[in-house]
Amino acid sequence: MLRIGKRLLLVALALLAFGTAAQAKTELTMYYPVAVGGPLTSVVDGMIQDFERNNPDVKVNAIYAGNYNDARVKALAALKGGQPAQLSVLFSIDVHELMELDAIMPFDDVVETDDERQWLQSFYPALMENGIVNGKVYGIPFQRSTIVMYYNKDAFREAGLNPEQPPKNWDEMAQMGQKLTKKDASGRVERWGVMIPSTGYPYWMFGALAKQNGEVLMNGAGNEVYFNKPGVVEALTYWRDLSAKHGIMPQGAIDWGTLRQNFMEQKTAIMWHSTGNLTAVKESATFDFGVAFLPAHKNYGSPTGGGNFYIFKQSTPEERKAAIRLVRHMTNPEQAALWSIATGYMGVSPASYETQALKTYVADFPAAAVARDQLQYATAELSTHQSGRVRKLLDDAIQSVLNGEKQPQEALDAAQKQAERILSGY
Amino acid sequence: MNRIHQLYAWLMLLPALVMLFAFTHAPTLSTVWHSLLSPARGGRPQTFAGLSNYRMMLEDDVFWQTLTNNLWYAAGTVPSSIVLAVAMALWVNSGMAGRTLLRLAYFTPTMLPMIAVANIWLFFYTPEVGLFNKLLTLAGQEGINWLGDPKWALRSLMLMTVWKEAGFFMIFYLAALQSLNREMYQAAELEGASCWRIFRRITLPLLMPTTLFVLVNAVLNAFKLVDHLFILTKGGPNNASNLLLYYIYENAFSFFNSTYAATLTVVLLSILILLALVLFGLIERRVHYR
Repeated sequence: MLRIGKRLLLVALALLAFGTAAQAKTELTMYYPVAVGGPLTSVVDGMIQDFERNNPDVKVNAIYAGNYNDARVKALAALKGGQPAQLSVLFSIDVHELMELDAIMPFDDVVETDDERQWLQSFYPALMENGIVNGKVYGIPFQRSTIVMYYNKDAFREAGLNPEQPPKNWDEMAQMGQKLTKKDASGRVERWGVMIPSTGYPYWMFGALAKQNGEVLMNGAGNEVYFNKPGVVEALTYWRDLSAKHGIMPQGAIDWGTLRQNFMEQKTAIMWHSTGNLTAVKESATFDFGVAFLPAHKNYGSPTGGGNFYIFKQSTPEERKAAIRLVRHMTNPEQAALWSIATGYMGVSPASYETQALKTYVADFPAAAVARDQLQYATAELSTHQSGRVRKLLDDAIQSVLNGEKQPQEALDAAQKQAERILSGY
Repeated sequence: MNRIHQLYAWLMLLPALVMLFAFTHAPTLSTVWHSLLSPARGGRPQTFAGLSNYRMMLEDDVFWQTLTNNLWYAAGTVPSSIVLAVAMALWVNSGMAGRTLLRLAYFTPTMLPMIAVANIWLFFYTPEVGLFNKLLTLAGQEGINWLGDPKWALRSLMLMTVWKEAGFFMIFYLAALQSLNREMYQAAELEGASCWRIFRRITLPLLMPTTLFVLVNAVLNAFKLVDHLFILTKGGPNNASNLLLYYIYENAFSFFNSTYAATLTVVLLSILILLALVLFGLIERRVHYR
């Protein structure tokens, strides 16, 4: 009796072992940030569930990790702490830093088939600029943006301006801004003409102004910056003059995080912000709004922005293969279209704009295509070696000028000098 | 026999000592060691660099600014939150109606997660849509760009800190007040002493042990603040509200320069030790324990 019981137990154990072996799953952990408004985590969860349904052998732990800085900190801390993530969505401009820390590997080294190699070519080239280093693809575009100009059409009508004719260049924005700035009887401003955020990512907004003036902030290798070229200084002067000279933008720093609220409550007629906010604005706007290219000076211009997928070195070949499958799923035209509609981030490949979903959406809501159309004037986002420190130099210089503490030339000269010292070793 | 007792005592202490060494002393020593290394970059390992990180720190304008900011911040928040805490404690210790609710209200800032609170205050402070400027406008005043004006950014942080700390310290003062000897007050009343005199000659001296404890905590907290900064200003504009611990965080995790962060940590640690020594050394003599 006992013997039979023992045997049964053995059989049961064997079955159990077999069962688990058959179900052995590749487990992937990824961190991702959210830097704009709206309930985006649930959208990501939905996309991941969709992936797991079609790939039952892979289990994905998608972890929301705050803004871009927080996400990078958490992913790197996990790497050091021995609980590595195999892939993550991180700031597209972190690429040089992540390479220097030996944390990431190029996608070229993981892909095998021609089909996969073709996939690497399927994205908008402008979105790949920050992701390709030394000819190899380190970052795959996911939540990518340009800066666009949101404007309040009702305010335009009220000011006697044509709501279908948003400002096309710097001078027009200054002039229209004056008409759009509304004051009460005692001279207090009730609505500002324009707000450009100067906390969070001031260097990003500044990249747009510089590009509009025909300048870029750094070279492709990330070891030279051009902070104090005359055109760049002129761009910062214009930004400061919006408040100091034209009086159409509030003085001091304008907060990245609360700017959308300002726009929704009609405290500003125009805001410059990431296209990633588009859906959130659309869903809560109580007035008629439009989305347009940022105004030009010499030409149109905006840096691209946002997050890329990276693959971490600390992973097994199976995990890397599975990670590629996941990234392909998240960026395939249908998912990219869904993501774009849910957020306002752009579809990362031309094919995504060919999907029925996005075609219908854009036909009904043309604002959704503005960021994509602006891509032809886009440039890479500020990304250098020792990116964080260099970026902070520029951020501080911009803020000191907008505060009226320093003159543009003086502030940018100082930032340039210090950045050169940091970059001299590369 | 005595030996065995001693051994026994050490064995009993061992778990605590191991914890203390592993989580306090070992990290401190390794921080000091790291501050003497050069950062690992581009595949190069860390190498011994002597005092070069300290030299870099002396030339670093941002470091000096964060240090100055921190001193102002401590000077601005510590005395005011303590005075406020005593006042609130005296008030909720009196026999008024609804005092339980009032105590709870004062203690709320301590219970709420600070990141969530900072998010709410971020909107209070926003110039166009924020609560504070709406109130100012009602009073016929110009609005202030609280967090975006370098003159105001640090002060706005201080205001929120005082709001948060005062409620916390009130609890200690309240506990102390309730343990005071009633007879002394009755005697003073018989003598016909005024309220102010009773407060100054009896209450305040008897509260000194609590004040020392609260003071040390408040001063250390002022140098350890980091969470509000993430939400409210990120140290900006142009470092106007940057504090030492946040700058350490930036160096370690935004600039990936862990050795420089270690250097700054050594400085922060020295400041904290120094302050604790000074506070205990100076004030303990004036504290009257029963």
